[in-house]
Order: sequence, then C-alpha cells, then structure tokens
Amino acid sequence: MDDRILLAHGSGGKLSHELVVKKLLPFLANPALNKLDDSAIFEASGRLAFTTDGYVVNPIFFPGGDIGKLAVCGTVNDLSMNGAKPLYLSLSAIIEEGFLINELEQIMQSIKKAAEEAGVSIIAGDTKVVNRGQADKLFITTSGVGVIPTGVDISGANARAGDKVLLSGTIGDHGIAVMSQREGLRFSMTLESDCAPLNKLVSKMLEVSSRIHCLRDPTRGGLATTLNELAQQSKVGMVVNEARIPVKEDVKAACELLGLDPLYVANEGKLVAIADPVDADKILTQMKKNCYGIDAAIIGEVTDEHCGKVVMKTKLGPSRIVDMISGELLPRIC
Amino acid sequence: MEFCGGHSGHTHAILRYGIRQLVPKTVEMRSGPGCPVCVTATADLDKAIALAHLPDVIITTFGDMIRVPGSYSSLQKAKAEGADVRIVYSTIDAVEIAQVNPEKSVIFIGIGFETTAPTIAASILKAQQDKTENFYILSLNKLTPPVMKALLDSGEIKLNGIVCPGHVSVIIGSHPYEFIPRDYGVACVISGFEPLDILLCIDKLVEQIEQIEKGDPRVEIAYPRGVKPEGNRKALQLMEDVFEIGEANWRGVGVVPQSGLEIRGKYERFDADKAFSVSLKPPREPEGCRCGDIIRGAAMPIECKLFRKVCTPESPVGPCMVSSEGACAAYYQYETVEEL
Repeated sequence: MDDRILLAHGSGGKLSHELVVKKLLPFLANPALNKLDDSAIFEASGRLAFTTDGYVVNPIFFPGGDIGKLAVCGTVNDLSMNGAKPLYLSLSAIIEEGFLINELEQIMQSIKKAAEEAGVSIIAGDTKVVNRGQADKLFITTSGVGVIPTGVDISGANARAGDKVLLSGTIGDHGIAVMSQREGLRFSMTLESDCAPLNKLVSKMLEVSSRIHCLRDPTRGGLATTLNELAQQSKVGMVVNEARIPVKEDVKAACELLGLDPLYVANEGKLVAIADPVDADKILTQMKKNCYGIDAAIIGEVTDEHCGKVVMKTKLGPSRIVDMISGELLPRIC
Repeated sequence: MEFCGGHSGHTHAILRYGIRQLVPKTVEMRSGPGCPVCVTATADLDKAIALAHLPDVIITTFGDMIRVPGSYSSLQKAKAEGADVRIVYSTIDAVEIAQVNPEKSVIFIGIGFETTAPTIAASILKAQQDKTENFYILSLNKLTPPVMKALLDSGEIKLNGIVCPGHVSVIIGSHPYEFIPRDYGVACVISGFEPLDILLCIDKLVEQIEQIEKGDPRVEIAYPRGVKPEGNRKALQLMEDVFEIGEANWRGVGVVPQSGLEIRGKYERFDADKAFSVSLKPPREPEGCRCGDIIRGAAMPIECKLFRKVCTPESPVGPCMVSSEGACAAYYQYETVEEL
C-alpha cells in the first residue's frame, strides 16, 4: 500500500477494501464490526441516549491528543452528560486525498486507546476520500448510543434555585494547547489538552448522589457559554465566584499574551455539574478521587434572581454579568 | 480617560474586574481612541476592500478587520464574493504568504499603534532582505500622543487625567507624553493591565489631580516592570528607519497632523498606496452609529441609541462593536448587575 491516501481508496473497490481491512479494522476489531455487514446489530434495553458530533480540529495532532481521541471522547462525553452509560459508537471519516497513511494509523491507534479507556466499542464505520482541497486533511464524525440507568434524570433544564455549581477542574487547557500549535502562533509550552472520556467520572458521581440535576461539558465557547446555556435552559440565574474557578498558570499567561479570557476557551475533558446543595460536598469528594476530577471545585450556586443570566463575583469583589461567547476567539492586535 | 481599548486593554480590564464599581462615583472613566480597528477611517477600509477585489491580489490582515463594515461592503463580504482575504497572526506570516505565492501580490493591511508598527517595519526589512518583490503594506498605522493632543485641543471633553497605554509605552517610553501635563495641565499615568495596576494608576491620577492647583501635574510610570522612560530603542530605530511621520485620518477625529506613519521613499516599492490605484466612491457612515463620538470619549456606548438594541456583537453596526478591542464590545460583554 502506498504511503498516502489516494482517491481510489474511497472508490469502493479493491483499494477501499484493503484500507478498511488492513488499516482500520485491526484497531477497532469487535464482533459486531468484524462482520462488515451494512449495519451493526446489538442488544439494548431501557432508556437509550443517542448523539452525534463532527470533529474538524486544526491542527489534527496537538499536545495531549489528536482528532481521533477527540472524536471518541467528545461523543462519549455527550452521552455521559445525560447520565447515560456509553456503549457503542459509529465513526465516519472524510479523508483528503494525499493524507499520510501512517498519520491515519496513528489516529486509529489513539481512537482504539480512547475507546478502550471509555469501555465503548466502535461497531459501525465509513470512509470517504475527497479531492485535495475539498477537506482539510481529515474530518471525523462519531455517533454514540448509551443506556440511562434507572432513576437517573439529568437535563440542562433541571437546575433549581439553591443548587450548587461544581466544575471538575482547570479551564482552557484544550483551547490553549491547540492554539499554541497553530500556524503563526507557535509558542512553546508544556501544557497539554485535557481531552479525556468522562463517563467513569460521571458514573462515580452518580454512585454517591441521585440528586445531580444537570451535567454539561464546557467545550466550544468555554465555561461561560455552558453556564449561560444551563441558566437559560433551566430558567434560573447563577452566581459564580471567579476566585474559585481553577485556571493553570500556563493558561493564564497564554491568555494574557493573546488577549483571551479563559472563561471562553474550549475544554475537552471537563464537566459542570449542578446538584442539590445537600449532596454537593459528597459529590465533590467523589470527583476529587477520580483522575479527571482532582482539581474539582464548587464554583457557585443557582439562584431565582436575574433569570437566564450568569453573574460573576470578580476577584476584586464587584460583580458583573458573564455573557455567552460571541463570534470567534481572535488574538488581540495590540 | 483610558486610551487603550478592549481585550486585555484598559477599558476591558476596568469592566472585566468591576473597577468602575470599586472607585468612588466622582471618578468617571471614559474610553478613548485606542482600538486599532475602530480608529481606522471608513475611507481607508473602503480602500482595503477595493484592493481585495483587484485581480491576483491576496489581502492579509489581523482578524477583527475582516468584519468591520466599510461604506458599501466589508473584507468578509469581499471574501465571500471570491476575493482572497486571509487572517494572519503576525506580519511575518504575510511575508511568508507572499513567498509561497510569487505570482500574486500580497498586501498587508497595516493597522495599529506604536505596538504593531515595529513588527510591520520588520516585515518590510525581511521582504527586502529575502528579495520578496510581491509584498506590500497599506500603511494605516497611527501614533498615540498626537491624537491625545488633538482631543485636548478640541476641548470637547474636559479630561482631568489620562491612563496612558501600557503596551504602547513599552515601545515609546514616557517622554512623548510630557507635553500633556506641561501644556494642558492634565495628569498622565502609564498603567499595566492587571486589575491592581489599574487601581494603582487611578489612585496616582487622583492624587495628582487633587494637587493640580499646586501646579505639579506630571507623567508617572505605574507599570515599571514593562516601561522605561526612554522606551525600547531598538523598536523605535526600526520604526524610524522604515517610516516617516505624516498625517492620518482617524474615525471620529478626522485628519490629525503628525499622527500617521508613511513608508519612507527608500522602501516605497513595498507601499501599496504607490503600487496600486483604486477608484473609490465617497465614504459614508452607518446611520445612527455614534462610534465617532465614542472613540473621542464624547459619548459612552450606552448613550448610543443603537447599543444593545440594533447593534450587538452578532450584528454590529459600527466598528466599536465589531472589534473585540472596541469600547462598545467591552461594555456589551461586561454588563454590570445594576444595568440589568
């Protein structure tokens, strides 16, 4: 096999078959997928959760992960944010002609690793190859199915006045790690993306509390956007304390340099939980025991005032409104 | 008045940390002409857009510029219509784009103050050294002390003190502001961008203002970790070598003598103004937009009838809402609880 993806790899003919059997299947092998039927068949019962997401990150390899890991963790996390236990994923790749096959293999390796860690199987897949310039290297779409344990009712609309707002760790790591590698912005730092599957953290949290009302992963748009979404969806207000929001020194420094606010920078391995105040400390202790929740903190609470708005008490004392992100994050000019 | 606008600028930090609520009501903060995108005149934007439509031209620019509406279009719209407009993070990237596209003319829209001017000068020197023949600068760079003078001369607003820009002062030092306390009796303090820097700066300004009757207004540096009185000599030499001082057209302020940077004759082959000619219709400003007044500090964003109603970051009418460094965008983003 040549060392680059050719249009013929997407033709449906011999080269396509060879690509699937030799380069993709070995990483994903499981009984449902190995049959190579037109659809995968699986058993499931109870309430199911279903989600889909497209991944188009640039660059596709970044400190702490790559597009493959992101595509698995992102969908696993979307299922987890409704309290579902993720079971099966599908994975569809759009590959630009000329993409290096060894890079594809590296990405498949990290897909395998992430799926193993999360305990999910990829049971359906597809590849397409498009002309050079019609896609940027590699686009991946994953969909996922999970089962919701009995008694779990988690939704962005469930926050109530008095609830506590918990955050699982430092914010902005993913966005800054990716940005540090971008064309023209390259600056060296040891920071890695926080990209991680959060399903096990969530199931540990659900073990100690049945009063978790909302879960959400603050990805694009960052923590500020997620809190606003939850406040609007639940028709409540929120008050958060800036001093309690954990931010790594590297992220702070990079944000100062670039003129960005960590509140709006993307995360890929963090969650926001809104829970009954009675259980909040118990949940926090449990979060801190998990490797993805060590820096967890209670950052604020839900209120019936200023409905749909998030108010932040700043480090200096005064309060201000924290709005959703608008437009794209662009580094400052001067 | 704080000169430096949003995104880690002074206006941004003042609103982000709630400093307006911390200082006594007798201290009123006004945002000045310190957002590089906002102060760019509509006529100059129109020129950039017209250049983008020329055949075989690639326009390179800092991000926010592409969204700012000119009289009839924007760089963003030109791009959607097929013009090749690219966002770069540094001027050197623009030189590199020229080097890999030798059959195209690559024009960098040179906006900003004394902070971006040295890097733009460095890009011209790099293009010269690498014999890059297809790289051009549309020089719209502006200087801060002359526009402060223009605002003070107009007498439109009664300023007691100026929060001098931190990053600009890293380059130019404190000497260029000395005419302000001397000739106008207005206190000047150069500030950093951390919340405590700004509080310290306001404290020093108030202290000077209270003693102004004693006749001792001066330029103080409250940002000594960044600013030396003499500035950054190397950066200043670079600017001096490449640019000469000329007039510049500021949105809201008009043409201010001695406030712009023009490319010197010895580098004129990099000057987009000399290399290309475009015909332009007379500029027109968006109806009802008070960006001009806001840039001069003569109005606060909330005094504009369009603010938050018609004009939002999602559908901005004027540049102060478009640019994340603009005063309207900062006031929009950092609404206080009292304003709810």
